[in-house]
Amino acid sequence: MSKILDQPRYKCALTAMQTVQSIPGAIPILHSGPGCGAKLAGGAGSSGHFSHNIFPCTNISEKEVVFGGEKRLKEIIDNALKVVDAELYVVLTSCTSEVIGDDAEEIVRSFKDANKPVIYASTPGFKGNNYLGNDWVVKAIINQYLKPAEKKTKGLVNIWASIPLHDPFWLGNLRELEKLVESIGLTPNTIFGHDRGIKSLNKVPEAEFNILVSPWLGLENVKLLEKKFGTPYLHYPTLPIGATESSKFLRAVAEFTGVDKELVEKVIDKNESEYFYYIERFADVFLETRVMAKRFSIVSDSQYSLALTKFLVNDFGLFPEKQYITDDAPVKYRKNIESYFKELNYDIKAEVEFSSDGYKIHKDIKDTDYHGYPLILGSSWEKKVARDTKAHYLAISWPVNERLIINSSYVGYSGGLKLLEDIYSVVLTRFN
Amino acid sequence: MAVSLKQSSVATRESRLGSVTGYSGDLYDIIHQSKCGTLKNKERCFSQSSTCNASCSLGQLSGIRDIAIINHAPSGCTAMASGTDVINSQLATKRGVTNATVFVGTDMDEHDTVFGATGNLKDIILETYNRYKPKAIFIGTSCLSGIIGEDVDSVVRKRKKEIPEDIPVATVHCEGFRSRIWATGFDASDHVILSSVVKPPKKKSNKINFKNFYESARNEIIELFANFGVEPVFFYQNATIEELSELSEALATVNICGVLGSYLGNGLQEQYGVPYVNTVNPLGVAGFEAWLRGIGKVIGKEAEVEEYIKTERVKYLDKIEEVKKELKGLRAVLGMGPGYTYEVARVLQELGIEVVWAASWHHDKKHDSEELPASLQYLDEHSDYNFKVSVADQQNYEILNILNEHKPDIYFSRHPGTTVWAIKQGCAALCVNDEYMIFGYKGTLDFAYTVLDTIKNRSFEKNLAARIKLPYTDWWYKQNNSTFFDGEGK
Repeated sequence: MSKILDQPRYKCALTAMQTVQSIPGAIPILHSGPGCGAKLAGGAGSSGHFSHNIFPCTNISEKEVVFGGEKRLKEIIDNALKVVDAELYVVLTSCTSEVIGDDAEEIVRSFKDANKPVIYASTPGFKGNNYLGNDWVVKAIINQYLKPAEKKTKGLVNIWASIPLHDPFWLGNLRELEKLVESIGLTPNTIFGHDRGIKSLNKVPEAEFNILVSPWLGLENVKLLEKKFGTPYLHYPTLPIGATESSKFLRAVAEFTGVDKELVEKVIDKNESEYFYYIERFADVFLETRVMAKRFSIVSDSQYSLALTKFLVNDFGLFPEKQYITDDAPVKYRKNIESYFKELNYDIKAEVEFSSDGYKIHKDIKDTDYHGYPLILGSSWEKKVARDTKAHYLAISWPVNERLIINSSYVGYSGGLKLLEDIYSVVLTRFN
Repeated sequence: MAVSLKQSSVATRESRLGSVTGYSGDLYDIIHQSKCGTLKNKERCFSQSSTCNASCSLGQLSGIRDIAIINHAPSGCTAMASGTDVINSQLATKRGVTNATVFVGTDMDEHDTVFGATGNLKDIILETYNRYKPKAIFIGTSCLSGIIGEDVDSVVRKRKKEIPEDIPVATVHCEGFRSRIWATGFDASDHVILSSVVKPPKKKSNKINFKNFYESARNEIIELFANFGVEPVFFYQNATIEELSELSEALATVNICGVLGSYLGNGLQEQYGVPYVNTVNPLGVAGFEAWLRGIGKVIGKEAEVEEYIKTERVKYLDKIEEVKKELKGLRAVLGMGPGYTYEVARVLQELGIEVVWAASWHHDKKHDSEELPASLQYLDEHSDYNFKVSVADQQNYEILNILNEHKPDIYFSRHPGTTVWAIKQGCAALCVNDEYMIFGYKGTLDFAYTVLDTIKNRSFEKNLAARIKLPYTDWWYKQNNSTFFDGEGK
């Protein structure tokens, strides 16, 4: 059967440029055609200190395709070091540069004595999607830039989660994860977004632990960090949304890092009592709706399909129909991912389908009886199927074209409430 | 020059028109060099990411209603699909029509790169037809499909036989590396429409082909043209394949942007004798009137046009004069495609704003009519002073260097992501992104007030500029903006 990309929900590996861009101080240098940067940059919030208009790029033309582009890459890097004020330059390869056989690695090696670090990652679009590209560029940074620390700093914890810019809530979520970890007495360290960046990146090797909050993304890299710097890691698959999952997350982190259990329970108590104060006040809205059925489907990447299913089942008492995972998660992880969907309260199990064919997903949803108006959380692509199935619908993952998300978050106790606000702001637009 | 519809792909602007992407000089010089043919391209030994012709060609075509675009490419090239889908739906809703166009990809991977993917493409063409029953299927190529030598034309020829005859199926040759000039993509989309959709005329209609981007002045223009007993047909956004197949029957072709419309306009004129109204664009008072008179001449309604101009002038000219008093003496820098740079420069001069520097992303020495673009011709004849001009290929570092040196009162941009950089340097900036922003008398008046409001309230840029670090080194700001031009074109 042909592999049609109908309703794309991922981009290509070169989108790793957005991962680099999200580390303040770092800039990608694209060894690519002129249009890659602009195409992959789409979406709100992708400008900033640097944006794709600033990324140095070889803008490969017919000449380089025929005669090779190594000389051009060298002069672009050379001049990028003079013109662009950055602390770390990350050269990324593309379909074109790799197929014409340019040895970008060799060119980058010739900059080893440059006054600023220049590193390299192979990210041709045909080799994988942007989820993989994200991991490859982080791997390149670990291997080529990070140096072992002289000492470990007690209580310092690196947190890794999600994919910068592609996930519209990436930064809000990361900040909430930091707050959760901080609330039990640890010191979080993340590399992305405001006031982090190179200085935080430099601290990665001295952390006592790595915490990966993701079903599969980033797993190779925390293993690599363990191998290189001897930092043990906790792989926590579920992005915690709402009280139940946030409390579970805090206990798991405490268990792993050896934080005082009593303190953790105190923190959990305080948060839960505040969370349920709100739930108590608004429970009638949730309980007495005429329009919201119990059943839902998520059409998103592994992270959100899992996290939202957990929240909606374990915290909010809804019932899962089939859940769709659209990030083309590597086959080797799929069994594990499926198993996470079977660990739900009351032995509830959610069926999972991995697919990048939006047409088929939508056909499936239309053929499903949700026994009332369903809840569908997905991307802009789901707007039409939601209309066709009279669903309540919210766009929460890429592509999100008709909603502006600046720094809000669905993570943690307050994140769960925020998600309920967003869902019921849709539900309340209908009486019956 | 002849528009050759027998070729599957259109020649690039560089080779067809001698267009360039690197130049630094002034208005009089670039016009002189364009006319006498001495203008040579300057290559850069430093460049920043720009845009490719695929976005333009597939972006244009994907606005057509109820068709399918298949991008034979890795997933990243198809990233524009959802934006297209959402814009299509918003613009169709605004007009009260529906648009079921789909934009899918072949998700080329490593296996495809080694072994080829024409088999997969063949399946996907049929699968797409069966799923959506589109009114046309356009298959866009990519850097990767081009470099590994995929024979997309032959796949299309074979598949065509299995799809009903009245459904055009055609290749859009838009490999990203083909041309430094994104506007080559406009030509590629026009080429595919001319060669696979437009049919020979059966009758003459009273319609005027109107090439634009997003139809925002649709209602005004319908009303305007009704004064002359003609009807506009807007495209490509929201056009149907049937409407496009009849472009050959129109009274004339006009456009909102010379760079956008020149290939199709000249093609229709050459192939089917549909006159192409090749005037300046209808921006500003002089532009609008020249454009309207050009249309009047072609359709034989000169008297009606003069009557209309007379009535409308009374309504607006005094008001425009009034606001001009406040704009007088402002200094401006522009950075746009050449289809807008010289048009907007003319409007600014009309409003009494001094053009300090006009940067265009590329430069066409001539259009397919073999003539100097009308906007340059106009400035050649009417600009009473010379001003600095560069061809900047969207190179932001050059623009910021120019802004830093010339410190204008306002910067005019037109393309995504290019406006914020000016305000970071504390310069007021206005994005002329709607192609109808300065359309006609009312548009000119609205534009003048928007400029005035922009320079009068500087809060947004002052707040931001005070708190950010610029992306470039101090060294760069001390260099000449054309430092990285490395001699005559290679």
